[in-house]
Amino acid sequence: MSAGLSEAAFDTAGRVGPGRRAGLFAGGGATLAAGLIFLALALLPPVATLIDDPFLVVTATRIMIFAIAALSLDLVLGYGAMVSFGHAAFLGIGAYAVAILAANGIDDLFLQAVAAILAAALFAFVTGAISLRTKGVYFIMITLAFGQMAYFFMVSLSAYGGDDGITLDARSTLFGLPVLAGDLGLFYLVLAVLVVAFAGLRALTLSRFGRVLRGTRENPVRMQAIGFAPFRYQLTAYVIAGALAGVAGVLLANQAEFVSPAYMSWQRSGELIVMVVLGGMGTLAGAIGGAIAFMLLEDWLALASEHWKLGLGLLLVLLVLFSRGGIAGAIGRLAGRSEA
Amino acid sequence: MTAPPLLSVRGLNKAYGALRVTDDVSFDVAEGELHAIIGPNGAGKTTLIHQLSGRLASDGGTVRFAGSDVTRLSMEERVRRGLARSFQITSILDGFTVLENAALAVQARSGSSFRFFRPAARETRLNEAAMAALAQVKLDDRAHRRAGSLSHGEKRQLEIAVALATGARLLLLDEPLAGTGHEETAVLVDLMQALKETHTIVLIEHDMDAVFALADRVSVLVYGRLIATGTPADVRSNREVRAAYLGEEEAA
Repeated sequence: MSAGLSEAAFDTAGRVGPGRRAGLFAGGGATLAAGLIFLALALLPPVATLIDDPFLVVTATRIMIFAIAALSLDLVLGYGAMVSFGHAAFLGIGAYAVAILAANGIDDLFLQAVAAILAAALFAFVTGAISLRTKGVYFIMITLAFGQMAYFFMVSLSAYGGDDGITLDARSTLFGLPVLAGDLGLFYLVLAVLVVAFAGLRALTLSRFGRVLRGTRENPVRMQAIGFAPFRYQLTAYVIAGALAGVAGVLLANQAEFVSPAYMSWQRSGELIVMVVLGGMGTLAGAIGGAIAFMLLEDWLALASEHWKLGLGLLLVLLVLFSRGGIAGAIGRLAGRSEA
Repeated sequence: MTAPPLLSVRGLNKAYGALRVTDDVSFDVAEGELHAIIGPNGAGKTTLIHQLSGRLASDGGTVRFAGSDVTRLSMEERVRRGLARSFQITSILDGFTVLENAALAVQARSGSSFRFFRPAARETRLNEAAMAALAQVKLDDRAHRRAGSLSHGEKRQLEIAVALATGARLLLLDEPLAGTGHEETAVLVDLMQALKETHTIVLIEHDMDAVFALADRVSVLVYGRLIATGTPADVRSNREVRAAYLGEEEAA
């Protein structure tokens, strides 16, 4: 797995820089692909009404929430070359911020989001500062351990449902208005967050900060030899990603109107990694595509057979073996604009 | 030698178990000097450069640079004070363009890199300084190529350009001629000849023709110990050096 990961990371290395391979998901192509996805999503609700399938909007909302979480993981995994196996913890922290505040009478989405961001960022700062002292497999294991700590903490927190989780009485309100009460309001809010997250991360990866992060991914020793201390940049990326995943958690709690420790399980963290790798690491648009593909596959395969996870596993093996760079890489090659 | 040396090394040590890789090494490098360090394979030259650059911690001794003790400083802190190095095994960022490799080194010393929104590739000041460094090694016509696609000799040139782009006063060049062909060697020797005018250089090199053509002074490292330091002529005629190192070649 680690060999496959590093190879794919190398494949995507420097795509954002000018003059590098111009796959469909790279450079301007990435923005185009993401733009098309956003456009299709914006038009989805009227289409769903037209074909009389309101559940489509619910499914799409859930997929977009995981796309936001996958985007945040791509910053850490794809751009920072940090294989974090505890990313679902941030999702759970965001979700519990909603549940715990709601249970104490604070229903405002804005306040809940601020609390979620602060809590997730703090957790990322503390666990990241410790985890980043290790490398490679040890980093994977220690982030997994922190994720499990968060999971079992919530399992033992019986005041808020413990293992069973906690059901929300209602969705959050925004400055007293029930804008999320309907599925459509929630859908467009999630879409807006997704677009802003994508645009923000895209600017970030091209900024001075992003360039240092990408340089560190390729060669940390080289970065030190020109005067950068990689730790500070990696930790900052880890905190930003954690905070964004926390926002995804806030949305997830509202979508499901239910929060449980299962959101923080290591399986969930693994699924997020699969989404990013499936879509193509270090491309951002790939993370969105990967989240969509993974969750649709999960739905369809679950309909086809109760052993659907076997089918998913096989598909993943094939993808890793035959399509370096995930969906983004495959589309880039199909578009015939890739050099390699 | 009235001015204090730019780099002053005193009693530097490094041991791996019983093996003393750097054994009580002391020498000075004056401002503007090109000081070559030669020695047979396994003499500990790369270890020494790792210690000077901060890549490896020393067991004992001091490294003073530009008047202050840098022995305990990390590699990135030493670079920011003007002590930069190149690598024996080329370690440029292959996926970045040639220009971006140099621009990133400029970025490290000009303003904060905790800037999250403006595209770094469009920062004119960084790109201009990077182009200047590339022009110094005659790579400016390759600026927009991907670094990984350069020839070996060009990569060696870029390796030096990146060290220059850090704004270094002293360059630690670790075998800049490693693996280069005849013509590439000539280009790089010319390049170092020109760099001598503007920079203080510590050069580790196997190519004796290059060393004796370029160096103001030469130190000879054998089994971690400096057995001689002097002008190229002095070192050439030093008995101990000839016995330990140049012996066979010179006798022939």
